Amino acid sequence: MDLNLTQEYVDFRAEVASFLQAHKDVAPNRNDRSVRSEKRLAWQQILLAHGYAARTHPKEYGGYGAEQDALKSRIIAEEFSRAKMPGGMSGQGINMLVPTLLELGTQEQKDAYIKPTLDGTMVWCQGYSEPGAGSDLAAVKTSAVVDGDDFIINGQKIWTSTAQYADMMFCLVRTEPDAKKHQGISYILLDMKTPGIEVRPLMTMTGHAEFNEVFFTDVRVPTHSMVGNRGEGWMVANATLTHERGMLGDPDAALSRLNAIADIMKQEQLHGTSLMDNDVYRDRLMQLQGEAYAMKMNGMRLTTLSSQKKSSGMAGLLVKLQGCELNHQMAELAIDVMGEYGMLYEKSPFIRDRGMWQTHYMFDLGLIIGGGSAQIQKNIISERGLGMPREPKPAKPAAQATN
Amino acid sequence: MHFGLNEDQTMLQDSVGRYLEGASELALVRGFVDGEPALAGDLQTGLMDLGVPLVLIPAEHGGLGMGVLEAALIQEALGRNVSPSPFTAAYGMAVVALRACKSDEWLGRIASGEVVMGVGATEAIGAREGAGLTLSGDKVSGRASFVMGAEAATHFLLTTGEQLLIVERGGAGIEEVALTTIDKTRHVVNLDLDGASAHLLAGNNHVEAQNKMIDAGRVLLAADTLGAASMMLEKAVAYSKEREQFNRPIGSFQAVKHMCAEMAAKLEPCRSLVWYAAYAQDNVPEEAALTSRLAKSHVSEVGKFVARTSTEVHGGMGFTDLLGLHYWFKRIGANRQLLGGPQAVRDEAAQLQGFVG
Repeated sequence: MDLNLTQEYVDFRAEVASFLQAHKDVAPNRNDRSVRSEKRLAWQQILLAHGYAARTHPKEYGGYGAEQDALKSRIIAEEFSRAKMPGGMSGQGINMLVPTLLELGTQEQKDAYIKPTLDGTMVWCQGYSEPGAGSDLAAVKTSAVVDGDDFIINGQKIWTSTAQYADMMFCLVRTEPDAKKHQGISYILLDMKTPGIEVRPLMTMTGHAEFNEVFFTDVRVPTHSMVGNRGEGWMVANATLTHERGMLGDPDAALSRLNAIADIMKQEQLHGTSLMDNDVYRDRLMQLQGEAYAMKMNGMRLTTLSSQKKSSGMAGLLVKLQGCELNHQMAELAIDVMGEYGMLYEKSPFIRDRGMWQTHYMFDLGLIIGGGSAQIQKNIISERGLGMPREPKPAKPAAQATN
Repeated sequence: MHFGLNEDQTMLQDSVGRYLEGASELALVRGFVDGEPALAGDLQTGLMDLGVPLVLIPAEHGGLGMGVLEAALIQEALGRNVSPSPFTAAYGMAVVALRACKSDEWLGRIASGEVVMGVGATEAIGAREGAGLTLSGDKVSGRASFVMGAEAATHFLLTTGEQLLIVERGGAGIEEVALTTIDKTRHVVNLDLDGASAHLLAGNNHVEAQNKMIDAGRVLLAADTLGAASMMLEKAVAYSKEREQFNRPIGSFQAVKHMCAEMAAKLEPCRSLVWYAAYAQDNVPEEAALTSRLAKSHVSEVGKFVARTSTEVHGGMGFTDLLGLHYWFKRIGANRQLLGGPQAVRDEAAQLQGFVG
C-alpha cells in the first residue's frame, strides 16, 4: 500500500487541472447529452488532441496513442469531475464497438469506422436483446439469410438505446439456424438508413423513451459487413460485453451522489429541524457512506490491478451488482428524506432537484435489470468467482420418455 | 500509487496464516473453549517466534516497527482461524497508545515478553450502568467493563476518559469478574477497582492517544471479522459443492448460489476498506478517525450477514456443534459489540463530519 503519487503523476494531475482551467469557456455543460451538438463535437476534438479522450487508442485511428495507464485515466476522471466539466464522449460505439473492432475487425472496418466513432460524428446503437432473448442472449432469432452478396435480415430488437439518432448498428443475427444455439450467430454492422428498418420509441416507467424497439423487414446488408466469421458472433459479442460490465459503476460517482444527499438532508426541514438532525435518516445515510467508501476503495484496488495487468477477480465481478444496488438505495434515501415532496415529478410546482431522484430511483432499477440482470450477475459471481457448479440443464422431453 | 499489499505484507500474512492453520485448528480451539488452557500458551509462544507481538513496537524498543496495516493482516489471519489470542488488545491497541505516549519503558517490557497488556476502553466510547474510572492521586476507583485481552494479561491499560493508566493484574483493590460471552475463544473481564495503585502514563496528550488506540482497535476488530467472514464464505462454498440433495450438489441450485454470490459481493469490498482504514491510521491522519469508524460499522454489518447466510447454506449442520461453524458466527457476533456497535460508531462518524447539529 502506498497511496502517494510519484512526481510523474503529481505533474500529470497539475497538467490536467491547468488544461481544464484554460478551457473552461469552450466546454459544453456537462449535463448536455444532445447528439451532434456542435459545441460537444468541438469539445471532443479538443479532448482527442490533448489525450483526454480515446487516450490509449492507436493514433492511426484518431486516438492519442498513449500507453495504458489506469492511474492516469483515474486522475483525468477525478480532475474533470472536480472541475465539473464533461469528459470525452462515451456511448456504445466508443465503449463497446471500438474495442471490438480493434481486436477483431478487418482493416477496412477499422479504417471506416473507428475514427468517425471516436470523433462523435458516427453514432452507434447496439442490437443485441430481443423480446425472446434477454438474459438468454444466445437465443436471438433475428435471421440473416444469404442472398448473393447480401444478407436479408428479418426480426426484431429491443432495448436499443440511441437507435433514434444512430447512424449505425452493431447487432447479433442468426445466420446458421441449424447450428447449436451459440454457434449459429454472426455479428453484423449495418447502416440505420437501410430500407426496411423501423425504429419505435419504447416508453418506460420514467415517462421517457430511453430505449427503442427496432424492426427489420427484408433489410439487405452486404455479407462483408460481418465482424469475425459466420457463426462466430457470440464470441465477438462477448468481447464487447466484458467492456460493458467494466463501464458501469463508478465508485467516485457513488460518493459524490452521497454528498449531494447529505446536502439535501442539511437543507430539508421537518418540524423546523434539519433532516440531518434526525437520527433515523442520518443513520441510513451513514450506512450508505460505509458502503460507498468500501466501493471506492474496491475501485482503487481495481485501478492498481489494472495497471499491473493482473486479473481483477472477485473485486471486478462484483462491481455491476453492488454499484447499481448502492446507487438505487441512495436514490431511495433522497426521496424518503424529501417526504411528500419526494413524489413530485415532471414539471410540478414546488419540485425539488427537477424530480431527478425519482428518475434515478426508477432508472437505476432499470440498470439493476439491464446489462446482465442482478440474478445473472450472481450466477457469474458464484460460477466464475467462487467456482460453484452450473445449474444442470433440464432433461429433454425425449430423454424423459426413455426413462 | 499502489493500492494493495506489497510482497512483504503478503508474506507476513501468509506465514502467520500457515502457522495458525495448523496450530489453531478447530480441534485445538474446541479444547481451549472446553477449559484446556494450553492452546493459548502454545499460540503465544508460536506467534512470538514469528515476531507477531512485536509488529507495532518501534525498532528502537526491540520491535518490528510496522504499521496498523500489518497488524490488521495478522488480525485477519487470527479471525480466519478463530484463534484464541489477546492480540487486538495486547499488541494492537496497547502498543498504539503507548507509542503515542512515548512510554518507552512499557514498550520495552512488552517487547521482551515480560508484560502482556489487557485493555479497557469501553467507557471512553459509551458508559453503561454508571461504569467508569476516577483517579485520586495515583489511586484509581470505579468499574472498567468489557476489558479485552484478559487471556494472558499481566497488566491492564485503562482510561478515565482523560487519563491513560496501567494497573497490575491481581493488585490490591482490584476485583476481577470473568464474563462469559458467546465467543469463548477470547476472554473479557470486568474490573472493579477500589483505590488500586495506578501507573500514570507520561505525556499530556492522553485523549489523543486514547482515541488513536480506539481507532486502531476498531480497525483490528473489522479485520478479525473480515478474516472470520471470509472463512465462513469459503466453508459455505465448499459445503455446497459436497452436500447433495435431489441428486445434485446443493451448490448447483441458484437459490444457494445466489446466497454465496451475495456474501462474496458484499464481503470483497470490505477487504479494500479494511486495508485503507488500516493504512490511514499511520499514513493519512485526516482520514484515520473516519475510516476506522466506517470500517468497524460496515464490516460488522456485512460480517453479520455472512455469518447468518453461511450458516443457512450449511442447513441443519450449520446449526449443530458438529461442524463448529458457530465459533466463527460467535466471533463475528462479539466483534460487532466490542468497542461500539455499528449504530453508535456510525453516529460518531456523523459527528466527525459535522453532520450532527
